Amino acid sequence: MATTMLKALNKSLHDALSEDEKVILLGEDIGTLGGVFRVTDGLKSEFGEHRVVDTPLAESGIVGTAIGLAYRGYRPVVEIQFDGFTYPAFDQLVSQLAKLHYRSRGRVKMPVTVRIPYGGGIGSPEHHSESPEAYFAHTAGLRVFAPSSVEDAYTMLRQAITCDDPVIFFEPKRRYHEKSDAELIEPEPDSSPKARVVREGNDVTMVGYGPTTYTLIDAALAAEDEGTSLEVIDLRSLDPLDFDTIAQSVQRTGKLVVVHEASRTAGLGAEICAEITERCFDYLEHAPLRVTGFDVPYPPSRLESHHLPDLDRVLHAVDAVMAHHEATEGAAQ
Amino acid sequence: MSTQHMDVAAGCLPTHQLLNVDGKRIPDEELDHHLKDLKEADLADFLRDMVVLRRMDNEATALQRQGQLGLWAPLLGQEAAQIGSVRATEDDDFIFPSYREHGVAWARGVKAEDLLSVWRGAQASGWDPNEVNIACQQIVIGSQALHAAGYGMGIKFDGGKQVSVAYFGDGATSQGDVNEAMIFAASYQAPVLFFCQNNQWAISEPVALQSRTQIADRAHGFGLKTWRVDGNDILAVYAATKAALAHARHGLGPTFIEAVTYRMGSHTTADDPTRYRKTEQLEEWKAKDPIDRLVKYLHEMGADVQSYEQRAQNAADDMAAQLRAAITTMEDPKVQELFSNVYAEKHEPTQRAAKEYLDYLGDFSGGE
Repeated sequence: MATTMLKALNKSLHDALSEDEKVILLGEDIGTLGGVFRVTDGLKSEFGEHRVVDTPLAESGIVGTAIGLAYRGYRPVVEIQFDGFTYPAFDQLVSQLAKLHYRSRGRVKMPVTVRIPYGGGIGSPEHHSESPEAYFAHTAGLRVFAPSSVEDAYTMLRQAITCDDPVIFFEPKRRYHEKSDAELIEPEPDSSPKARVVREGNDVTMVGYGPTTYTLIDAALAAEDEGTSLEVIDLRSLDPLDFDTIAQSVQRTGKLVVVHEASRTAGLGAEICAEITERCFDYLEHAPLRVTGFDVPYPPSRLESHHLPDLDRVLHAVDAVMAHHEATEGAAQ
Repeated sequence: MSTQHMDVAAGCLPTHQLLNVDGKRIPDEELDHHLKDLKEADLADFLRDMVVLRRMDNEATALQRQGQLGLWAPLLGQEAAQIGSVRATEDDDFIFPSYREHGVAWARGVKAEDLLSVWRGAQASGWDPNEVNIACQQIVIGSQALHAAGYGMGIKFDGGKQVSVAYFGDGATSQGDVNEAMIFAASYQAPVLFFCQNNQWAISEPVALQSRTQIADRAHGFGLKTWRVDGNDILAVYAATKAALAHARHGLGPTFIEAVTYRMGSHTTADDPTRYRKTEQLEEWKAKDPIDRLVKYLHEMGADVQSYEQRAQNAADDMAAQLRAAITTMEDPKVQELFSNVYAEKHEPTQRAAKEYLDYLGDFSGGE
């Protein structure tokens, strides 16, 4: 039976609450309302107001109290209502949550999951469409997950909640209503998400995550019509990054394009291109390219189609790395 | 307008004082019964605690001057506020301290050398939070208040009998986190005590820059049962803390104590208070010294003060000798610790970076 990403996330939270009585949900409007996106729909009535907790409107307060609950032995899962409202909690995320295990020399664990609906393309006002993942991938002590598919949303959220480290969990909100017939699978114990090859190909390695994974699949289909074979990799985990999977692919294709909605400068694309260049320098036939949001504040929604990497911009980058390839192939003949 | 001339408006709440500056006992209808179990021996222990603490503070400042510590944040003058409050807690009440609560940690059994090791730079935390029921010390001002609120929410949700205690200073009351913490604690009626040591100064900024009303009056506005006490009067601090903890244990929700005291030393050893405050103010507060006041009270009681003072002095000497020996021979942490405990679970990039760096160092260790 088809299910949506929203329902898969809801079931993931439901199953986590059922499995471990120390799991507790905190956030604005998550109880009685079921969350502004309804991810937590029905959970308060089933598990009670002490397991699914409506909080005052204070993001630092939500994350900070989750830290206190973790000190008490709880396994909090907090919801930040929208990506752009994460920043009031920045100190608690970066200076507290990320560092307490290190600060306490391993004596205090912080198994806190911070769910953040993120990304653009939904026609919303400012602060509702951002992609702040690089801040957290840059912060030692945090893990960063970004599922793209319905089934990954279920499995990876279970993995995040059982993980003894804090996990920033980015949910691609414009895919929330995505349907899938795939079975929702419980993760293996102690497993963590690895990059997955969504679609195999030989000519160019295409790396994305979250919502851009689908842009890359579309690009692969379009490129196929023109005789170009794209390998699409969905990162799933942004920290740790699974460079091995990317490197194995690039060693075959010799070409890399990284795509994300977040701004370009000091974004994850920069890190991936640098690391892959270090690892695969002798295999590369063209400089790795990035297709990203621009280095501008997230624009008014009537401009967002220009800001978000779309099929054409992605294919343009593919053409660029392939043109060089074709030129050298041609010269050799 | 210069911040030096700001005044804090007269408050709505009385300032409880059970011992005046001459050590005379002042009856307090509301708080006296919280002292009923306190024996002379307990007062002698308070004296010992405060004397040891002051000595530790002096030793630490000296060790910093000698280059043994990178920095030290003195608590000179705040001994009664810290000892009086922590001695009122039960061992399983969980405490969330700032970086200046040396007395709180020491009273819970943390050794002076472990406390100072953090200021030496040998480790990031001087104790195991699970052993002494004290969270890691907090350096970001006020952040720990939210952790205390969350811990208190946990107590409330799982039906525990403990109380969660947040320590912070007057400066921290300007932070959003402290205000949010009071909101959360009040909303869930969580058993949390917010213990504010108003030591009059946030580095160079006087308390009037943080609050134009008395701090305790603001807490009241969050719906917290609040007491304002003379923080240099150990009996008032102890009694108010007992009252607050009882309030929480009876399920009546969060409380706030403003302990009015004075930071007689510098903010840290890197600070120079002569740039921003007058000697007269310091002299004025020296007359209110918390240790002198307890000694005077013990004299009033007719106790054998000399023997108590001698005992306290001996304890301070023992602590100081052990501290100096431990600090001056303390080894630096092993380089592996640089990479340890960043994550609780396997994290391949960190492990790879550790291996690469250790291999790199190993390349030099083989000699010529």
